Amino acid sequence: MTRKLKKRLYKILIGAVLFAVAMWMDHACKVNFPNLLLYLAAYGVIGGDVVKKAVRNIAGGQIFDENFLMLIATVGAFLVGEYHEAVVVMLFYQVGEWFQSYAVGRSRKSIRELMDIRPDFARVLREGGENTVEPEEVKAGECILVRPGERIPLDGTVLEGSSSLDTKALTGESLPRDVMKGSEVISGCINGQGMLMIQVTKEFSQSTVSKILELVENAASQKAVTERFISRFARYYTPVVVILAVILAVLPPLIITLASAIQLLPPEADAAPGMWLYRALTFLVISCPCALVISVPLSFFGGLGGAGKAGILIKGSNFLEILSGADTIVCDKTGTLTKGNFAVTKTVAVGQNMSEEKLLLLSAYAECYSNHPIAVALREACKTPVDPDRVAQVEELPGYGVRAVLKNDGWEVALGDIWDGAAGTVPEILVGNETLMTQQGVAVEPGDSAGTVCHVAAGTQGGTADKVYLGYIVIEDQIKEEAAAAIEEWKAEGIKRIVMLTGDREEAAKEVAQKLGISEYRARLLPDQKVEAMEKLLEETEGKLIFVGDGMNDAPVLARVDIGIAMGGLGCDAAIEAADIVIMNDRLSKIAQALRISRKTLVIVKENIVFAIGVKVAVLGLAALGMASMWAAVFADVGVAFLAILNAMRAMHVSEGKKKG
Amino acid sequence: MKKVFILEDLDCAHCAALIEEEVGKLTGVSKSTVALLTQKLTVEVEDDKAAGLLGQVKKIVKKYEPDVEVLEK
Repeated sequence: MTRKLKKRLYKILIGAVLFAVAMWMDHACKVNFPNLLLYLAAYGVIGGDVVKKAVRNIAGGQIFDENFLMLIATVGAFLVGEYHEAVVVMLFYQVGEWFQSYAVGRSRKSIRELMDIRPDFARVLREGGENTVEPEEVKAGECILVRPGERIPLDGTVLEGSSSLDTKALTGESLPRDVMKGSEVISGCINGQGMLMIQVTKEFSQSTVSKILELVENAASQKAVTERFISRFARYYTPVVVILAVILAVLPPLIITLASAIQLLPPEADAAPGMWLYRALTFLVISCPCALVISVPLSFFGGLGGAGKAGILIKGSNFLEILSGADTIVCDKTGTLTKGNFAVTKTVAVGQNMSEEKLLLLSAYAECYSNHPIAVALREACKTPVDPDRVAQVEELPGYGVRAVLKNDGWEVALGDIWDGAAGTVPEILVGNETLMTQQGVAVEPGDSAGTVCHVAAGTQGGTADKVYLGYIVIEDQIKEEAAAAIEEWKAEGIKRIVMLTGDREEAAKEVAQKLGISEYRARLLPDQKVEAMEKLLEETEGKLIFVGDGMNDAPVLARVDIGIAMGGLGCDAAIEAADIVIMNDRLSKIAQALRISRKTLVIVKENIVFAIGVKVAVLGLAALGMASMWAAVFADVGVAFLAILNAMRAMHVSEGKKKG
Repeated sequence: MKKVFILEDLDCAHCAALIEEEVGKLTGVSKSTVALLTQKLTVEVEDDKAAGLLGQVKKIVKKYEPDVEVLEK
């Protein structure tokens, strides 16, 4: 509780005591005059601030200020002799306002705690010793020490030590991440068991933690359409209610007086101006749109905070709102639905002496100097470690494959009858696509059509005979294990249309789409064709369109869609900058979770709007008919605001899995 | 350029909206946003008008919420 809040609370309590004394005196000794003084004293203690603000704002030219309206309402109540009511209304109003401030403060605090990833200190190694300093003071290039259980304060590279890091605060999932000498580490993670010495690569203001915090803080400034609507509504609501109050105070008594004057009503009909004035004053008490103005942004903020805790960074309330109306997801294939790293999925050996292991070994040797993703995949698939010294010469044939000449070094074991190991002869291996094989006069078996097919052939270097075909290896990008389940979840969340875009071959696209249950795909797209395809899809979409990519080369596409989501934001600054929503880890199911959060938040926002406006209109109606006292009006004002705030806080709580039932 | 001010102890939504509106009308200011929940006022302002901004903002805030402290970030 802040000092200001405490002070307000004391004032309310003292005022309440004075009021109780006044009530008791009223009851006990029925003397009017000193009681009025007591009531006024209680009123002054409780409502002094309101009076002060009202006077000041009137001086500043603001007529429809809530303080001023409360002042008129309560002073009016005093004038019509309702001392009791005047003080109670002021008391309730202040208690309500106090609770509102308290609740907002608490919400603000708990939402901040959700994203509590700011490191408090860094142990920097300077002048031969360990110094504990603020993370901001450490420069890039310096070395820091992180003890077990501490938060990594800055991005860097591990110089010494190994450990496993807890990334829960950043990704929402407590999957440990193993690091050792040479690993890149990201600020905000919690160090596990080992002590780490880290060389800082980025200053604090540039490190991951700062970027994420900045993003979350700024998210509150990007207002949703609903929020803007509420601001506009609030601007008109108060003046309209005040004008209605004036009409209510003046018109009915006037009509009744006139009507009895021209004998439409019996002459004894009572215009009762006091009663109408009281009703009008009641109007004034309900004239503040507080409940709406406070609870709507709070709901959005709660939603953003809850999403942040789950490892989903949303850059503004507006995106939360758009997300809730999404019915189409367009996604990239490589790196989004698939892991983006290639792996061997099938090995077919041809000939009696050839085995799958031998085929992989030979191709791994042939590709041992290459950094091409396919070469990496072949080497990874080969279980025997490769010794580059056994390779004499390698020739890369871009677009076709590779030709390698091996040293005369015991290869007859692997090659069997193709090469006999005779002195002065060495084996030559070809690894490549069908075109390469055809050029070399090697007949190939038709390979599996999805994925990339690498044919392998061998012979003796300089030999006159054709190379002998040994078989083929299929290399594919792997589909993420959870992709199929995640896409089911998207559909369950009301996504009607899912389209996959890829620059890959038709066959590869078709297979991935079929495996994942995606009915539409566009293959062989060049980057500018991707944009064109996207524009066409945007035209066809009724609701909102989400694009999901890895955030790397998607900028032109991201710029055109309603919402761009980047996957795998952890450790990828480009993705954090480019997208509207960043999923910190690689999990596609997080998109379904983001959809759930957005819809829950929007439901809460609508509940609050309907509830607050509904209660106010109802009480206004009842007050006009004389069926609601000022007490009810105060409830309509501050009670509703308080309940709406409590409701708004629900947006913060995010469930992990699917909805039950 | 973008300027960020912290409005300490701001907790009145209505006042936040009024502050936002009035700061937005200052000369040289093209955009003004008050985020009640982070207690931050973000202003897009022409570079040569930025120097005097703090004083003007303080004056506006004082008018609506005299207890709120304005800090430059």
